[in-house]
Amino acid sequence: MNIVVCVKQVPEPTGTNRMDPNSLRIVREGIDAVLDPADEFSIEAALQIIEAQGGTVTVVSMGPTRAAEAIRRGLAMGATQGIHISDPALSGSDALTTAKVLAAAIKRTNPDLVLCATESSDAYTGMVPGGIAHFLGLPQLTFAKKLTVANGKATIQRQIEGGYQTVEAALPALVTVTGSINTPRYPALKGIMQAKKKPVEQLTAADLGFGPDEVGQKGAKERVLGWQPAEQRKAGQVVKDDGTAATVIADYLASIKVI
Amino acid sequence: MAKIWVFAEIAEGKVHRVSLELITKARELGEVTAVALGPGASSHVAMLGEYGANRVLVHEDSTYDEYLAEPAAQTLGDLVTKENPDLLLIGTTYNGRDIAARLNARLNCGVITDGASITLDGSSLKVSVPWYSATTLVDVTIEGGTTKLVLVRPKSFTSEKLATPLTPQVENLNITFDNSVKRAHIVESVVQKSEGPTLEESTVVVSGGRGLKQAENFSLLTALAEQLNGAVGASRAVVDAGWVPYSYQVGQTGKTVKPNVYIAAGISGAIQHTVGMKGAKYIIAINSDADAPIFKFADLGIVGDALKVLPALTEEIKKRKG
Repeated sequence: MNIVVCVKQVPEPTGTNRMDPNSLRIVREGIDAVLDPADEFSIEAALQIIEAQGGTVTVVSMGPTRAAEAIRRGLAMGATQGIHISDPALSGSDALTTAKVLAAAIKRTNPDLVLCATESSDAYTGMVPGGIAHFLGLPQLTFAKKLTVANGKATIQRQIEGGYQTVEAALPALVTVTGSINTPRYPALKGIMQAKKKPVEQLTAADLGFGPDEVGQKGAKERVLGWQPAEQRKAGQVVKDDGTAATVIADYLASIKVI
Repeated sequence: MAKIWVFAEIAEGKVHRVSLELITKARELGEVTAVALGPGASSHVAMLGEYGANRVLVHEDSTYDEYLAEPAAQTLGDLVTKENPDLLLIGTTYNGRDIAARLNARLNCGVITDGASITLDGSSLKVSVPWYSATTLVDVTIEGGTTKLVLVRPKSFTSEKLATPLTPQVENLNITFDNSVKRAHIVESVVQKSEGPTLEESTVVVSGGRGLKQAENFSLLTALAEQLNGAVGASRAVVDAGWVPYSYQVGQTGKTVKPNVYIAAGISGAIQHTVGMKGAKYIIAINSDADAPIFKFADLGIVGDALKVLPALTEEIKKRKG
């Protein structure tokens, strides 16, 4: 089984993100960056499949030089090898370009299965996996909270409003997973040491056949016009519970006429 | 007049509420065409007219219910290519997102997700999108003359019937699918009903997170919700942990709620959760960590153990109600 997992390095999710007023882009310098926690679930799902059935897991990421750390984290968890698409020309790419570039890199590995998170934890568009599936000509099984791969087929339990669906497709296929699917392993020291020796292929946009004007900010179809601070809710009264919290809340509910 | 298209999603035999919200918005922007796909689609034409659809494109075919995303993306893609509307609005639902992603790639068009406001001046589009934990509203546009795709989360706009309903012009589409779109096969759909009032409709929502320590303690929320005639919600962490079914989840990847009162017990207030509940009129938070982000915007914050406060509050309300 040849599995490709798409990963992204994102700003530390508990940190505060801000925008550069000149470039109108997210400030990444000086901000802690991590492997998107959402991607740990897809890496774990891939590892469980190859541990049971044999095969390889390739972690692929498009991102700046430091995104190599996110790939290494995937390798430390147990992935076989990495592909790092890194090129200043790709900076500012929109979801559509990202999907095109990732698809071009993935195509060269001829995968049986492509796994992605449902959405990244920084941009939240959720548009990239479906785009990758389209450009690779694959069916997409989405929002998986359970995944089984057997007899040339992928079968998932797909989260939907108020329940789930069982959905299946013949391989090769792309699957997006949710955080319900498993509990990702924590990389062991041995894994971290081994990861340093695992191969990571470096690719540029040109290696994948993209010209500098097709990708990055130049290739993006969306443009930021400006921004304003969003109206924020203000903190109200904060009370330390001294045993009377129930009365405090009940009084409050009465004051707003809920009880 | 601008041509505004809305994907009228049909779920469990009904038009999804977000589609009605989008049609209501769309009628401010131009002439509205709704696209309704799937078995029984034509039975919703009158309702789509009540909210402002001038025209409805209908295709009754069970393929849409049997296979994910690809049949709908093909139909919408072909229609958009033929008629080149100015905007196509799709709700951020499970199916809506899947279809939009595929459509975005197929049409090679621009897409804006999470639109909070939409204006169209001639052909120039401006969509405000909350970024960075919703601290910043960014105005985004898509340039060029081709159809622009905009996704909108439920409850971003209010749905409102017209005083005088329209009688939409109906066009039945004649499409035959080949096997190339019949790939992600829906074998079974399982509905997990939650009891009591629904999260989306309820005026009181009582939600729990990791601070409740274990699944069994959700009964404390249920007891309180019962007293307040409210619904029970949950953070993603505890849904992922399997404490409660997914239908309880409030947040970015769950439901968006706008109740009168939202009580968050043992929820730290991560952005993933707060985007789904910040629209509540009053927020009450109970958390043992005084530094939890939720205290920065709760109207009433209690620094304390939710496992103690919840049962005491339920008793107190019972007592006051007599």
